[in-house]
Amino acid sequence: MWYIGFFFSVALLCFGIFSVTWAVYWGLGTWGVNRTIGWGWDITNFVWWVGIGHAGTLISAILLLFRQGWRTGVNRAAEAMTIFAVMCAGQFPIFHMGRVWDGFFVLPYPNTRGPLWPNFNSPLLWDVFAISTYFTVSLLFWYSGLIPDFATIRDRAKTKFRKMAYGVASFGWTGSVKNWQRHEALALVLAGLSTPLVLSVHTIVSFDFATSVIPGWHTTIFPPYFVAGAIFSGFAMVNTLLVISRKILHLEDYITVGHLEAMNKVIVLTGSIVGVAYLTELFIAWYSGAYGEQAAFKWRIMGPYWWSYWAMMTCNVVSPQLFWVKKLRRNIPFTFIMSIVVNIGMWFERFVIIVTSLYRDWIPGSWAYYSPTWPEVGFYLGTFGLFFTCYFLFAKYFPIVAVAEIKFVLKTSGDNYKRGMETIEAQSEEEFVHEVETHHAHA
Amino acid sequence: MAIKKFAVACYDDEEVLFPALKTVRHSGYKLHDIYTPFAVHGLDEAMGLKGTDLHIAGFIFGLCGTSTALGFISWILTSDWPLNFGGKPHFSLPAWIPITFELTVLFSAVGMVLTWCYLNQVMPGVKKHVFHPRQSDDYFVMAVELNDHTSEQEVVDFLKTTGAKETSVQIAEDSWWYGRFDKEEAYQKL
Repeated sequence: MWYIGFFFSVALLCFGIFSVTWAVYWGLGTWGVNRTIGWGWDITNFVWWVGIGHAGTLISAILLLFRQGWRTGVNRAAEAMTIFAVMCAGQFPIFHMGRVWDGFFVLPYPNTRGPLWPNFNSPLLWDVFAISTYFTVSLLFWYSGLIPDFATIRDRAKTKFRKMAYGVASFGWTGSVKNWQRHEALALVLAGLSTPLVLSVHTIVSFDFATSVIPGWHTTIFPPYFVAGAIFSGFAMVNTLLVISRKILHLEDYITVGHLEAMNKVIVLTGSIVGVAYLTELFIAWYSGAYGEQAAFKWRIMGPYWWSYWAMMTCNVVSPQLFWVKKLRRNIPFTFIMSIVVNIGMWFERFVIIVTSLYRDWIPGSWAYYSPTWPEVGFYLGTFGLFFTCYFLFAKYFPIVAVAEIKFVLKTSGDNYKRGMETIEAQSEEEFVHEVETHHAHA
Repeated sequence: MAIKKFAVACYDDEEVLFPALKTVRHSGYKLHDIYTPFAVHGLDEAMGLKGTDLHIAGFIFGLCGTSTALGFISWILTSDWPLNFGGKPHFSLPAWIPITFELTVLFSAVGMVLTWCYLNQVMPGVKKHVFHPRQSDDYFVMAVELNDHTSEQEVVDFLKTTGAKETSVQIAEDSWWYGRFDKEEAYQKL
């Protein structure tokens, strides 16, 4: 089963590499983008993948701060998904540069061109910083959590090679009390840093659009609207992966229906926020009285791209509302189908925002239509290959659930703990307070 | 970094571990360390360890990130290569907030993780003695340092009375060294 999936993913990845090589060799003329519609599938896919990459850090960081115990079942896989999704996302702006070998020009380093620096006032450069910071911090957060679990695998390893490899991966972790104390402090501060970071990343991605003067883009609603959409699609992707992983790896006891239901609750919440945002956009377009804005939205709904707008509305606004029904929230096949539907919808959202804001320009003479060519489609499929290749390797060689954290939760909610709590609960308040005070006095 | 002799006691329940730790500390034997498969809350206090100041390192690194970003961007855009963007001021602070924020987070996170690795002395290629293979699985392992004045048997017997499931005496390096976990370490006799 694993080998079939892995083989298929690698095949997709190879096709993606071929498509990208084709585009780099012949130039971006092989893509369907044109002078009017300069951003097509590439930037759509970039925003889509970045959005998916938001759930992992949200689950690990924000839910850690909110002390949501259920996150321990799913956080490791979700964080891995974040990292792989951001890796996929990063490919698109890089290859969209066209002359990708000059891509390092975006980095502010002393150069022989002046030195000519990048424009720090440009949202596109903010994106470079946001995405690379997000990738680095997510990677550190993920890996620092993995170290104790690698140590567990190392100490249980049977073969010499595994002991060696997991020994290197575990950084020589032994689980001493002081190390754990620092580990907890690190996790808490990284969570505290990641929480504003995760919100900032999609905010900055939305600035790519919102700071421009294109009707349909130039709106202040974009940052919260993008963040909600990112969480929405990210949670859907986590559900897609978890439903498959728990089945294949027999993790039904660790990733329970309760987990999926909790995820579905977040999906219905963020889906509703996204729905309200769409309607607000429409209302403001009408209420502002701005002619360009009104025209942009009229053509979105009724123009030649009407099908993308209505696909977005159906998948993102109507369908998640079904999750108000508890029976559907706890239905695993339905959850799986919905997770796919939501991500199709979110892909269309980005397509609608990008293409249907650009295709009717200020000058009717430059109005155009855009459809992708095979290298663009191949590039997109290739990132699926990259994503699933990484995920399959992760699922086989990495601890897919956060072992140490699960043990912690089980210990504090396990039978021994409850038995211990019974005696405390049986005590009167004075006895308890007295005991704590004497304990502190001794300490 | 020294090779020492340890009496090792393994517990399978934290509710046994805590009282055991208390008796060991009262007994006056030198507690080396305790190894647990997950973070046991309150164990650091029970061992008499101070809290960690790692978050202060994170704060300082964060400040470095903020000042690097603001200093670098303002130097570039106001003195090294000032550009005129439609007559807007060269010192345009609001537009620099995103990058300043990102670099603050980046410096803080990277710096703190490196500090964490340094303080915990963990790194790829570093090896430390594992007193019991189940210390990362389901055992709480306490190592008590032995010296010329302590009787080996006495300490082991004492640890047994505290509820240890397994006890042993081991000679081991008390710190880290460069090595591989698939290779046994060979110690010369004390």
